[in-house]
Amino acid sequence: MEIAWFKKIRKPKQPVEHKRIQVPEGLWVKCNGCKEIIYKKEVLRNANVCPKCNYHFRISARERLSALFDDARYQEVDTDIYSVDSLKFRDVKSYRDRLREYREKTGLNDAIINARGTIGGLQVMMAVMEYGFMGGSMGSAVGEKVTRAIERALDERIPLVIICCSGGARMQEGVLSLMQMAKISAALGKLHEARVPYISILTDPTTGGVTASFAMLGDLNIAEPKALIGFAGPRVIEQTIREKLPEEFQRSEFLVEHGMLDFIVERREMRDILIRCLKFLMNAEALAAFAPTSAAPSSTAGSDLVPGAAASGSENVASSQPGRTREPLPFPSPLVARNKITSSPEVS
Amino acid sequence: MAAEEDDFERPLRELEKRIEELSGVPGGDDRADEIERLDRRLQALRQEVYAHLTPWQRALVERHPKRPYTLDYVNLLFSDFVEIHGDRKYADDPAIVAGLATYKGTPIAVVGHQKGRDTREKVRRNFGMPRPEGYRKAVRVMELAEKFQRPLFTFVDTPGAYPGKGAEERGQAEAIAVSLRTMARLTIPIVVTVTGEGGSGGALAIAVGDRVLMLEHAVYSVISPEGCAAILWSDQGKAKEAARAMRITAPDLRELEIIDAIVPEPPGGAQADHTRQAAILDDHLMAALEELRSVLPVERVEARYQKFRRMGTFGQAKFF
Ligand SMILES: [Zn+2]
Repeated sequence: MEIAWFKKIRKPKQPVEHKRIQVPEGLWVKCNGCKEIIYKKEVLRNANVCPKCNYHFRISARERLSALFDDARYQEVDTDIYSVDSLKFRDVKSYRDRLREYREKTGLNDAIINARGTIGGLQVMMAVMEYGFMGGSMGSAVGEKVTRAIERALDERIPLVIICCSGGARMQEGVLSLMQMAKISAALGKLHEARVPYISILTDPTTGGVTASFAMLGDLNIAEPKALIGFAGPRVIEQTIREKLPEEFQRSEFLVEHGMLDFIVERREMRDILIRCLKFLMNAEALAAFAPTSAAPSSTAGSDLVPGAAASGSENVASSQPGRTREPLPFPSPLVARNKITSSPEVS
Repeated sequence: MAAEEDDFERPLRELEKRIEELSGVPGGDDRADEIERLDRRLQALRQEVYAHLTPWQRALVERHPKRPYTLDYVNLLFSDFVEIHGDRKYADDPAIVAGLATYKGTPIAVVGHQKGRDTREKVRRNFGMPRPEGYRKAVRVMELAEKFQRPLFTFVDTPGAYPGKGAEERGQAEAIAVSLRTMARLTIPIVVTVTGEGGSGGALAIAVGDRVLMLEHAVYSVISPEGCAAILWSDQGKAKEAARAMRITAPDLRELEIIDAIVPEPPGGAQADHTRQAAILDDHLMAALEELRSVLPVERVEARYQKFRRMGTFGQAKFF
């Protein structure tokens, strides 16, 4: 059973290693954009963006959370969800071993962090993908956490922001990882109907099943400059059409040109832009007007339509005070309990 | 050995050839007896071979050129079919067919991947690999069905969404995502049948249903065995290992609770007898539809949500 996460304000007490994943060690870094050697402190001071050519270095999920939330403070939630090797999958290495290695390397349970906090004073639910954990690939644990982030936003009627950074579905979980696309899209369908705002931020790279589900379903889909974004990877496309793709193909700017993204935001401006957009999207009156109870009073048929699920599902509880923040539901709710949960961790 | 695994139908073809040769020459009762004996052996052998297909062999069966495709099922199961074309935005995608039809007196909507039988048709249908227009057409017909409250049947059979330049430019990912979200929230009954290749997001895009049925020898996976082998083993030749490791067969998916029921295939597979296959599927579709119709729309859509909500396996514990 999960502990009462909302009582625990998280001060980043994480191992120091995290900070070092993305930017190479030493005083100097080589920029992937202009290939110049740059003083690392200068890059760090510049939000991990190259001061010479504006190349956006890949940064960790924690760095993103700190950069976006007010005073870099947030509560991490759903921290105890982790992947299991239910297919006993083995390629050149066993999935089990891979998971253990990445847990040690990143200090994370899986390729995503869920957190809530305020942005410009507004409560926001955020899910941020971590590329350093198996290329940000989406297995059941990532799928579950994204879904919980959506359900929390829905329950609490607060905006959702997801930062995508992923090579797509995690093959080691076979069809189970594929199904996360349906599970997440279904949850986003509910969020959409309830008119709870969702902003999707696409970063380099966002491809495969992540793009073909939640990354493209935001009320706003925005991206960092020059991020690789697509369904199929460029290599697969080149093999299929037997020609070389131009450099700019599937980059953020290319997608904007083809009408597939709302706009591009530089990393340093991301927070300000989010605040501006959330001000428009977060409308208490609209939320109240479309709260489920106004249509179906929970006293009658509504409450016992789906036994178990409805009892603590979003419909009843959230509707009691539409448009207002309320105490979050204790998880796991009955619907979560029906997931196959292994009781003991397999990793020390 | 590898060739044997690939060409598992060879002993069947050899027997068929001998029967054919014998039938071609005049002869007495002896020869008739011999033909009958061989015929019995052929049937037994076919059952035997198909009862023991490896995951890789099933992946091959799914690509059999004589497999029934969506329009075959439409012809055998439904009447009054009216095909609907185009996404009203850009083009019509022949890799997905959609339309209105009647099923046992009930008006229904149908959406399915469509492969071609001969070379020209194969190319025209893009080998069953849809472009964004295909998914947008599918969504259009789904919304039509929703508006007029008609049940929806979908048939899944694709190697995957087309990984092409134009498809990317026109938002392949967005088209699939919208289809997933749309299906999840429709209030009409949705019965999905995976008839052949359930290839990745391109298959799932039209496979979010209240009931998901799967033909006995069909496969359903996150990536093709070849693609998985190329990425994880850096060797396309390891497709057989990948097929096994990914758990792509109907019994695997039943065990993982991804599908609701396995639809048996006649001996020799669906490709051996389209009519028989359609008849078997008919019973399953009818049962599923009747069951779903007895449920209120709001209950149905919430049950569908919970069904997909449960998918996946993960643990819960603190490591850090
Ligand atoms: Zn640079």
